[in-house]
Amino acid sequence: MLTGLDRVPSTVIAVVLGAVLSIGLSAPPVRAAEQPESSAPTTASAVSALDQALRDITSEEAAIRSAAAAVLIEQGDARLLPTLDAIRAEADRAVRQTIKPVIDLLKNHANLTSDQSDTRRSAAADLVGTGRPEAITWLEEAAAKEPVWWVKYTMDESAQLIRLRADDPAVRLVAVKKLGELRSQNSVSALKEFVEAAAQSGATEEQRALADAAQAAISQIDAWGWWASSLETLFRGISLSSILLIMSLGLAIVFGLMGVINMAHGELMMVGAYATFVTQQAFVAWVSPEHFDWYFPVALPVAFLAAALFGWVLEATVIRFLYGRLLETLLATWGVSLILMQAARVYFGDLTAVIAPQALRGGVQVMVGVYLPFNRIFIILLSIVCVLGIYFLLFRSNLGVRVRAVTQNRNMSACLGIPTRKVDSYTFAFASGLAGIAGWALTMVGNVDPGLGQNYIVDAFMVVVTGGVGKLAGTIWASLGIGGLNKLIEPVSGAVYGKVFILVGVILFLQWRPQGLFAAKGRNADA
Amino acid sequence: MPEHAHGRPDSRETVSLYVVGLFLLVVLPGLNLLPAEDSWLHLSDFRLNQFGKFLAFAILALGLDLIWGYCGVLSMGQGVFFGFGAYCMGMYLTLQIGTESVYGSELPDFMVWTQVKELPLFWYPFKSFFGGFLGAILVPVLFATLFGFLAFRSRIKGVYFAIITQALAFAAWLVFNRNETRLGGTNGLTDFKQLLGYRLSDPSTQRALYLITVLALIAAYLLCRWIVASRAGKVLIAIRDSESRVTFSGYTPWMFKLFVFVVAAGLAGLAGMLYVPQVGIITPAQIGVLPSLEVVIWVAVGGRGTLIGAILGAVAVNYGRSVLTNYFPEAWPFILGGLFVVVVTMFPDGLLGMIRKVTDRKPPSAPGLQADGRTAA
Repeated sequence: MLTGLDRVPSTVIAVVLGAVLSIGLSAPPVRAAEQPESSAPTTASAVSALDQALRDITSEEAAIRSAAAAVLIEQGDARLLPTLDAIRAEADRAVRQTIKPVIDLLKNHANLTSDQSDTRRSAAADLVGTGRPEAITWLEEAAAKEPVWWVKYTMDESAQLIRLRADDPAVRLVAVKKLGELRSQNSVSALKEFVEAAAQSGATEEQRALADAAQAAISQIDAWGWWASSLETLFRGISLSSILLIMSLGLAIVFGLMGVINMAHGELMMVGAYATFVTQQAFVAWVSPEHFDWYFPVALPVAFLAAALFGWVLEATVIRFLYGRLLETLLATWGVSLILMQAARVYFGDLTAVIAPQALRGGVQVMVGVYLPFNRIFIILLSIVCVLGIYFLLFRSNLGVRVRAVTQNRNMSACLGIPTRKVDSYTFAFASGLAGIAGWALTMVGNVDPGLGQNYIVDAFMVVVTGGVGKLAGTIWASLGIGGLNKLIEPVSGAVYGKVFILVGVILFLQWRPQGLFAAKGRNADA
Repeated sequence: MPEHAHGRPDSRETVSLYVVGLFLLVVLPGLNLLPAEDSWLHLSDFRLNQFGKFLAFAILALGLDLIWGYCGVLSMGQGVFFGFGAYCMGMYLTLQIGTESVYGSELPDFMVWTQVKELPLFWYPFKSFFGGFLGAILVPVLFATLFGFLAFRSRIKGVYFAIITQALAFAAWLVFNRNETRLGGTNGLTDFKQLLGYRLSDPSTQRALYLITVLALIAAYLLCRWIVASRAGKVLIAIRDSESRVTFSGYTPWMFKLFVFVVAAGLAGLAGMLYVPQVGIITPAQIGVLPSLEVVIWVAVGGRGTLIGAILGAVAVNYGRSVLTNYFPEAWPFILGGLFVVVVTMFPDGLLGMIRKVTDRKPPSAPGLQADGRTAA
C-alpha cells in the first residue's frame, strides 16, 4: 500500500483526504426530506447551494434528487467528484442511478480542460451520450480554446450531435447542416432516423424539411467517407508493402548474389524479434522504469547483430556446401527454419509480446476519417531508410562494387583478386541482419511468436519472384504492387481470397513476364 | 542408377521387387492373421493399418519422384493434389454416414453446425462411390493440367516453380480452412462409418484396404517404371540435365513437364483416396506447406531419381516419425529439420545411394543428379 502511494500524485491524495475529512466532519447525514423546504436559503452563495444539493441528492424522493442533480451539474465541478463518489459508494440503487450521470458529466466536463489531448477528445465524445444541453455550452467554450484541430473537431461534432436532440426544429435543422459540413461519420445513424421518420405517413412539414437536410448531409458524409477509406486503404497497402520490402530486400540480395534461396529468412526475422524481446526483458530487470523506452533503440543493433550472427553461422555451416544448387539451398534452409522455429517454441513458449515505446503508441489524425498509427508510419520510414542504406552500400561503396562484381561474374572477380568467399559470407550476414531489423520493426505491429516468419515468407517470395532476381528496383515495385493489391482486395473479398487472387495474379503476370518485372538480360538470363 | 534410369532394370532390382511385393502382400497380412495375439510374431491390426497409411504416402512420393527426381521440377505443392483426392473420397464417405451421424440428419454434421440447410450442389456427384473415385483422380488431374499449363508454358522453372507451388499449397490451405467452402473448415471431414456397405471399423475391411493399397502401389510403381523406361522418360531425364539442349534438339520440354506433372498429381490423388478410409479423417492440416514439403524430404531421404528410393523414403521417414513422436513429441521438428539439412548437404543420393555405395563399391552419383541442372550447364 505504501509503495503504491508514492506513485500517486500528491494532489490526488490531498483531494481524497479532503473529501474523506469533509464527510467525516460534517454532521451525520441529514435526510433532505426531513428538512423543511424553506430551509434552503434562496440568497445563499453557489457553494452553499452545492452543499444543499449534495445533501438533497440522497433524498428518497425522485423529484428532489433530480433537482439536486441539476444544481450539481450546473454549478459543480471536478472538486465534488470525490465527495460524490463517497456518497455513491454508500447509497442505495435509486440514488446511485441519479448520481451516476452527475459524476459522468462532471468528470467529462473537467476532462475537457485536461492537458492530455486524448483525454479531452474522449471526454468530448462521451458527453454526447449524456445528451444534456448544459454540455453544449461547455463543449463550445472548450472548443474556442482548443489548440488541437482534431480535438476541436470532436468538440464541435459532439455539440451538434447533442443539438440534434433539441426540441426546437430550427436548432435541429441547423445542427443537421453543420454535421453534414463536418462530415461527421458518427451522426449518420441519427440522420438516418430523421429520414425514416419523415417517410412515415403523417409526417409534418418540419419533419420533411429536416429529412431533406439530413439526406443531403448523409450524401455529403458518404462521399467524404469514400475518399477517407480509400486513403486509409492506400496507407495500409503502403505499410504492408514496407514490411514485405524490408523482408524481400534481404532475400533478393542473397538470391541475386549467391543464387541461394533462403527459406530460413523468416526465421532470421524471428530471431530479430526475439532479440528485441530479450532486450526489453533485460531492461525490465536491470534498468529503472523511466528509461524503459530506451530498450527499443538499443534493441536495433542487438537484433541486427543477433540475426547477422545466425546468418553467418548458417552460411558457414550449411550454405557454403550448396552454392550453385538452388533447389538444394531451398530444402536445406527449410530444414534450418523448422529447427529455429521449434527451438523458439520450446525456449520462449508460444506467445510473447513487446510493449511499444511511448513515442510509437497512438497515431495522428490527418483529416476527418483518416487515422494513421505511428507504428505503421515508423515502418514505412524504416523501409525507406533501409532502401537508401542498401542503395549506398551496393552502389556507392567499395564493398558494393565487389558484391556487384561477384554477382555478375564470380570467376572473373576471383581472378581479379576479389575474395569471393569473404564477400559471400559478409553479404549473407548483412542480409540476415536486415531480416533482424525487419523482425525488430515487426514487434511494433504484432506479437512475437515462433510463426512470425511464416506469416510473411510466402508473400515475400512472391515479391522476389515477381520483381525479378537481384534487382533492387524490381523488389521495390513488386512489394508495392503485391502489398497494395493485397490491401485493395482484402475489404472486398476477405483476407483469404485476397491471397488466392494474388497467387493467381502472380501466375498470370509471369505468363506475360516469365523472368519477373526486371529481368536479367544477356548471358545470365538462363542461369 | 544411370543403368536403371535408361530402362532395363537390372536383375537384382527385379528380384528385390518380387521379394518386397511378396513381403507386403503375403507376409505382413499373414503375420496379422495367423500368429496368436500374444505371439511376438503377431502384427496388430493397428500396425497393419498404419503400414497401409505409409504405403499410401509411398504412392504420393512416387509421383513427386517422377517429376522431381526424373524431370528436375521441384513441386512443393503435392499436398494439394493429395488433399483433392482425399477430400473427394472423404466427401463420398461423409455422405455414406447418412443418419448415423451425431445429429441424425441426412446432412453432414458440420453442415448442421454451420446452418447449411441443403446439400451444396458440388456435393451431389459424391453420393455414389463411382463419383468419389472418379473425382479423386480427375479433380487433381484437371487442376494440375490447368496449373501446369499456365506455369510450364510460360517457362516458369526451377526455384520459381517451387515457390509458386508453395504459394499454391499455402493458398489451398487457407481456402480449405474456411467454413464457407462447405468442406468442414478446420475440422475437415471425419467420423466415417462405411465404405460400399463395409464397416470401416471392421478389421477385415481395413485388411482389405491395406491389400488394395499394396496393389495400387505396385500398379503405380509399374506405371512409373514404364514411363521412365520409355522414350519419353529419356526426354524427361534429358530435361532435368539440360533443358536448353533438349529445346535445341527440337523437343518441347514444357509438354513433357506438363505430362509428368499431371501424372504425379493423379498419383497424389490416388494416394489421398486410399489414405482417407484407412486413417478416418482428412483436415486442411494435411494440405498446407509443411505436409507438401515433407513429401519432398521422403523422396530426398530415400534417394531421388530412383523409384524404389521414393517408396523406401516414404515408409522409413513415416515409420521413424511414428516411433519418435511417441517418445519425444517435441523433438520431431528438430529431427525433420535436421534430416532436410543433413540429407541435402551430405547424402544427395539418399538411403538407396548409400546402400548402392556399400554394395557396388563404386560411386553411383551421376553428374546429372543435381536437381536444377546447373552442373550440366
